[in-house]
Order: sequence, then structure tokens, then C-alpha cells
Amino acid sequence: MKPIAKTLFFILFPGVTSLVSAQTTISGKVADKKKPLIGVSITLKDTYDGATTDSSGKYSFKTSEKGELILTATSVGYRPFEQTIRLEGKGALTIDILLKEEITELSAVVISAGIFEASDRKRAAAVLNPIDIVTTASANGDITGALKTLPGAQQVGESEGLFVRGGTAQETKIFIDGTLVNNFFHSSSPNIASYGRFSPFLFKGTVFSTGGYSALYGQALSSALILESIDLPDRTSASLGVSIIGVNGGYQALSKNKKSSWGGAYSYTNLAPAFAIIKQKQDYSEVPVFHSGDINFRIKTSSTGMIKYYGYFNKSNLDYTEKSIDSLGYLDRFGVANFNTFHNLSWKEKLGKRWKMYAGISYTFNQDDIKAGMKDANKNEVVLSGLEFKTFDLDLTSNYFNGKLIFERRLKGISMLRFGGEYNQSDEKSDYTMYNGQKFPGRLKANIKSVFAESDIYITNDLAAKIGTRFEQSSLIDKTNIAPRFSLAYKLSKQAQASLAYGIFYQNPESRYLPPASAGNLVFMKATHYIAQYMKVTNVRTFRAEFFYKKYDNLIKTGLVSGRDQAINNDGFGDAKGFEFFWRDKKTIKNVDYWISYSFLDTKRDYLNFPYATMPNFAATHTASVVVKKFVQPWKMQFNGAYNYASSRPYYNIRFDGSNYYFADMGKVQDYHNFSVAFNYLPSIGKENTKNFVVYVLSISNVFGIKQVYGYEYSYNGLRKEQIVPPSRIFVYIGAFFSFGIDRSQQTVDRLF
Amino acid sequence: MKKTIFILSVMFVASFSYAQMPEKFVKAMEAKIALIDSTHTVEGYTDLANAFERIADAEKNQWLAYYYAAFCNASAGTMAGAGGDMMAAKADKTDPYADKADKQIKKAEELAKNNSEIFIVKKMIATLRMLGDPMNRYMTYGPEAQAMLDEAKKLNPENPRVYVLEGQDKFYTPEQFGGSKEEAKVLFEKAQKLYDTFKPETNIHPNWGKSQVGYFLSQYK
Repeated sequence: MKPIAKTLFFILFPGVTSLVSAQTTISGKVADKKKPLIGVSITLKDTYDGATTDSSGKYSFKTSEKGELILTATSVGYRPFEQTIRLEGKGALTIDILLKEEITELSAVVISAGIFEASDRKRAAAVLNPIDIVTTASANGDITGALKTLPGAQQVGESEGLFVRGGTAQETKIFIDGTLVNNFFHSSSPNIASYGRFSPFLFKGTVFSTGGYSALYGQALSSALILESIDLPDRTSASLGVSIIGVNGGYQALSKNKKSSWGGAYSYTNLAPAFAIIKQKQDYSEVPVFHSGDINFRIKTSSTGMIKYYGYFNKSNLDYTEKSIDSLGYLDRFGVANFNTFHNLSWKEKLGKRWKMYAGISYTFNQDDIKAGMKDANKNEVVLSGLEFKTFDLDLTSNYFNGKLIFERRLKGISMLRFGGEYNQSDEKSDYTMYNGQKFPGRLKANIKSVFAESDIYITNDLAAKIGTRFEQSSLIDKTNIAPRFSLAYKLSKQAQASLAYGIFYQNPESRYLPPASAGNLVFMKATHYIAQYMKVTNVRTFRAEFFYKKYDNLIKTGLVSGRDQAINNDGFGDAKGFEFFWRDKKTIKNVDYWISYSFLDTKRDYLNFPYATMPNFAATHTASVVVKKFVQPWKMQFNGAYNYASSRPYYNIRFDGSNYYFADMGKVQDYHNFSVAFNYLPSIGKENTKNFVVYVLSISNVFGIKQVYGYEYSYNGLRKEQIVPPSRIFVYIGAFFSFGIDRSQQTVDRLF
Repeated sequence: MKKTIFILSVMFVASFSYAQMPEKFVKAMEAKIALIDSTHTVEGYTDLANAFERIADAEKNQWLAYYYAAFCNASAGTMAGAGGDMMAAKADKTDPYADKADKQIKKAEELAKNNSEIFIVKKMIATLRMLGDPMNRYMTYGPEAQAMLDEAKKLNPENPRVYVLEGQDKFYTPEQFGGSKEEAKVLFEKAQKLYDTFKPETNIHPNWGKSQVGYFLSQYK
């Protein structure tokens, strides 16, 4: 054989020599820092040879390979191991392997202080599922209603919004797909809580932060409610709903390539039938009527990119009278007509391997025409001497724009850096017309520019930190602020973790008290949060305990300036401290899922026209909820129950003696109890291959008719006081919802084999 | 002369490896496939899945190795999730297997498109995902599993495994959710009939499921 051919032969047949040789035995043990690892795949790279570790972490295999080869060990949750070994074709090799844990989203600790999440994500903070929001009995299908069964939120029934840990409803801001939502609730009437505008079915994820929230959000002293809208629907479908309060219908179309969808819905709500059966405290000349429509489209731009648009329109109207507290035999009249439109466009995209981008804009136009006055017993409008101020027209027209851009860069492992900016613009016009036709026009234009940066740092699977800072510039008060945020989470065991959070939060003075009595002296209101949390989560049980301290500085103080509460300075202050427990258990009682929340709150504040620091009227020392859900499979029926409790809240009559405000009267209302039940009957569940779905709902709020008192209102002269109670003791809701899936696949034909 | 030897040796080597490599591959595969029917534990399936993965990664272009690796991982995951409360969430146990199986079946699909057997495993993976958290996932993974099964049936209506899986679903689903032991029986019988005529392309091509059908049909006696 010529040398070249010989060389070729050996290059091309490297295995020939080993054909006759014996084998090498390779064995050893695989473990991580704590224990032997079972099921680890041991491989001699690019050969068929290898083994899987047994229950004591041991492996052993024979190979006839020779020379330098790479031994690998792989197991889910661990970093792959590689070692070059020399095989002689005989003897035995012992190779013990130590695997290092891989930091992954699934195994890493979750930064969860102050956070409740309702989503499908498997995370410690996800104590609720999206469907829980809809099936919580006392929520009446309202997002914030369900959140009120979690610790931290107050059971305030006389006005809408989330009152969190001693904070007002204005201290909670709501975001959809990253951008701010103004007028999240329908226009309010005095002492009647209005509902949220948006259906819970629009959202796949809800994050409710009761404090210490991310630097991506701002302008909320207490809380952020962050809603994430649903992605593409599973299929084209139409829906129809009929209930005691109205009708609604919708259509969602999914494109053939399943990359885009569009849809729309319309709902007509008329409370006349409900109010005919359930007597209301108010006497309506125009019962509440709402026309709401929405349109949407979603486009998948890449495997991870998505553009979403949601547009909402609403027109509503109501007008009523109720007995006047100021003058016996006369009636107070209140009417409001609202037009609201909200548009949200967002785009998320992966830019290269490590970069992601989120962009969003939202626009809100809101118009409220409020008419207030007095009527005599025959429902004729009257203006009474000394009570002329009760007759007025108030036209409010607002435009809001919010734009946000965030870049996210993946760092080592799952650590990441986020930064970006936000621009917020508001233009609020108010036209106040007095009883005598005198007009007081007002307009407030303002903007806030913000930049922020935040980093999630995973040091190990057991230790993670979130560090962020937000910088804001407000044109309204011509001031800037820098708000640091910091949180830390440590995994105590596989199921338990401890978290800490700290942060400073700033908020503009509320525009209703502006412009200030004297220009240029106002600053941001400020809150500092300290939170410590312990959480233990198994597949079927969740226990969460949280301690918090919140310090308020620079709250707005108001004074009576030309008959109107106006901001005079930032001398207000306050604090809130307490602890909260949450327990959810899906296992102990068979087929019953329940949760219990308890909050203890100790809060005082001196703000607005308070003469001194005291517990505000929206705060209760003890708040608790029990929510129970049971699905009875044979009956296809879901039973939901909820009990909400709040200990007595204080009430005050604050009066002005010409130079100072003082408490003319104060007291405490009785404890609040509310038992609610809901029955959902789902006859189509489990029907084979069904595309159509129907749900019948019957829900009753305050089923035992327990008297609920929210506070007291006082007559103008301060001589009379009356309880603030809900419009009716009991409310009953009956409805049916149909969903028709339209699927053009050949499935039905193919099944007929 | 040099040139001739070179060409000859190259030709020789080429035919040698074409004939020999598959034989080594086929032998290794045969040995492992023979173990599938007698494997009934998570550990057993994991061991097999790892073995198939080694073969797959060494060969890189044999879809069958990836296919069996995915099949064994899906089976291991299904066993890991079995027992206890059916409706309870156990995704932390089952998802790692589903993730592995997913990656492997994707590689198999790159090598063999429009293959009924691959859609059978994809159906198994979707069902495994659903098993991880039935209450929250049945809306997503239920229809997906059905779509995969429909596709498997479309690609090869004579594939008996389509009816094995369909029958299993019918067998285990409670009646109020559309399950039916009687309808399951019809499907198992159909599968059994198809096994009599089904001829795998080679003896390492998928041919599992016959013993399951035997087991299920024995439940009716």
C-alpha cells in the first residue's frame, strides 16, 4: 500500500483498530450541592454510549470507543456538564459529577413583595387565576370587586376605586398593556359606587400591587393595578348575553393563518327592569342607561411580537332625586350624562437575541355633563334661599394622552435591565354654571415626563433583587422628583420564600383642588413604603403574610377659598402600618376551593381639610373576606359564595368656623357584613367537541339583607345627619351568556369515519 | 494508480458506511425499541428517552431516534403526572418532560415533515400539558390535542395509534365531560383491526400500541 493510501485508510477507518479491542467501563455518581440526582443523562458525545443515573445518583456503562472523547451530563434545571476524557479501551474510569443549578424562571425565586397576580403563569405571586375574577361571588363580574377580597383593599361601598392600605382611591392608578387608564370607572354619583368600564374577560393577566411596585409605573402613592389584555383568540366566535340589566353581543374573527384577529362588541345596559323589581333609595326620572361598544385588532408580527389595539366608546345617562337632608319635603336632584372613548395601541417586539421592546400609547376623551339642583314634592325645580349653591351645571371635558416606551435587555441568565420613558398629558376643562347663570370656566393643562430604569438581578436561584429608579418632571407644579425602588426575594425552601421591598412614590396634587390658592408653592405628595413578606406556595395551597409601613409626606392641605376647597400647601402628612394574611386552599375540603383574607390597618392622616391627623373615614382597622367556590360536576353547576367584613369605620363632620376647620361631629359606623352568593350553570361543559358554550348566572349580593352603613352625611347647616347606605339592600342579577365557536376545519367531517 | 486507489477507496468507504452505519443504528434502535413494551415506570421511560436522545444526537439526521426520544419523554411525563387528584395542578412535575419532548419532536419534524406518527406524539405532548393543570389549561391544550390528532388522522387514516389515543381519551374522560366507555370500545376495536393490516416501513418504524389495545379490551370482559 502506498503511504497516501495507508493514511487514507486509517483516516477513513478510525474504528478498525478498536474492532478487536476490549471495552472501558465508565461509572460514577452525579449530585448537586445537596443531594444525588436521579434521571441525569450521561452521554459519550457523538456516540450511542451512555447511561441514566439511578435512584442513588449512580451510573455505569461500557464503551468500546477509544481516544479523546467528551463526557456530558444533562438534566433539566441544571447547567450542562462536559469533561474531556481519554479512553484506553480497557479498564475502568470513575467520574463523579457535580451539577450546578441553572437559574431559570421556573426555578428562581419570585420578587413578590406587595404583589398579587391573577394569571396562568406559574409564579409565587399568582394567587388567583383569570377566571377567579369572574367567579368571585361578591365581585359581580367587576375586576376591582374581586380584588377587594384580597388583603390590602378596603370594603368601601359608597364610592368606586381601590382604597389600599390607608390610601385614597386616587392613590391607585390603573394601567392597561402598560399605559395609564383615566376614567377606569363609569361616572360616579354621590354615595353610589360605579362599576368599572372594562369586562374582566378582556384581560389574561392582572397584577395588583398593594405597595412597593416597579419603577416602570408612577404617580400613584399607594397602589398600581396592571392589566394585560388577551392575545389572539383560539378561534372565531360570536357571543350573546341577555340579563336583567341588558343585552350584549360580540364577534371575534381569527384569520386563517392564525396570525391576526379583529372583533367588536356592543352592549346595552338599562337598569329599568332591575330597578322595577329591586326598590332603590333613589327615585329615577331617567334610569341609568349605558351604550357601550368596543373594537379591537391584534396582529402577530413575529413569533414573539404582537400589535394590539383596543378602542372603547360609551354613552350613558342617568337622573334621579332623593329626599333632601337640607330642607324637609324637598328633593335633591342629580343627573349625569357621560360620553367616554378610550383607545389603546401597544406593540411588543423582540429585537435581536437579547433585546425586547414594548411601546404603547393610549388616549382618553371624557365628557361629563352634571346637573344638580333641588325639586319640590311635585318634582318641579326650585331654588331655595340659602341653598342656592345646590343648583348648578358642571360640564367637564377631559383629554388624556399617555405614551410609553420600554427597552429590555437580557443580562446573564435570566437577569435583565429595563429602561425607557413615559409622557403623560392631560387637558381638563370645567365649566361651572351657578343657579343664576353666572359662569366659572376653568382649564388645567399639564404634562408629566418620566424616565426610568430597573434591573432584575438573579444572583442564584434562591436570591434575587429588583433595583429601580424613576425620574419625573411635572409641568403642573413645575417640580421634579427622583424615586428609588428596591426589592429583594430569598427562597427559604422549595416552597417558601421571604421578600422585602422599599420604595418612594410621588404623585401630583389632585387636579380637583387646583389651581392652588397661591401659585407656585406646591410640591409632589410623597409616600415611602416598607414591606416584608413571607410566602409559602404548594400546588394546592398558598399562605402569604405581609407586614407594611407606609409614611406619607407633603399631602395636600386645602382651604375654603371663594367657596371652594382649594389646595393651599403641602403640610399634610400621615402613616399607615399593619399586617395582612392570605390563605388559599384547594385541597382540604374535597372539590372546594376557598380563600381567606385578613388585614389589620392602623392609619392616621392629616390631609385636605382635616383639622388634625386622625383615621380617615375610608379606613377600617379590620378587614376580612372568605371566598368559596365549589363545582359540582354531575350538575354542571358552580356554587360561589363570599363573605366580606370590615370593622366600624369613622365618620366626621368637618366644618369651617371662618378661620379654621374643626370636627363638629364624629363617630363610628356599625361593622360591615356582606354575604353574596352566585350560581353558574354550565350545561355545555364537557359536551364532546362542542364549539358552543352557554353559562347561566344567578347572583345575589347581601343575600341576608343585612343593613350596611358606609358613613354619615350632614345637612348644610350641620344640624341633621343621615346614614349613607347602598341604593338597595339586596341586589339580584340573572343572566345568560352564549358563545358560538365558528370553526371551518374539516374536523366534523373527519370524525365520521 | 494513486488516483485509482483514491477513487476506489472513496467509493468503497462510501458504500461501506452506507451499509454499515444504518446497521449499527438499526441494531441500537431495535435493542431499545424492544424494551418499550415492558417499560412501565417514569425511571424506565427516562432511561429509554436518554438512550434514544444519545442515538439521535450522534446521528443528527435520523428522525426516528428523535421521535422515540420524544415519545418516551411524553410517556415518562404522563406517568409522572398520573395518580393523585386528576384536576390538581402538577405542571412543575410534568412540564419538564413536555419541554424535552417538544424540542425532540420538533427536530424529528424538521427531518420528516407531514408524518402521521409525529402528530401522534404531538397529541401526546398537548395532552401532557393539559394534565399539568387541567382546570386552567383545558381551554388551550384540549383543542390543540384534538387538532394534532385530527392532523395525524388526515395524514394517515389507517394509522391504528390515532384510534388508540382517541379511545384512551374516551375511556378516561368522565361521562359528564363527554367520555364514554362504549364509544371507547368501538375505537379500540377499530385500532385492533388496523393493527392486523398495519405494516411498519421497517422494523424500527413506530408499531407500538397493540398491547395497550389488548389491555383496554380486556377491561370489557
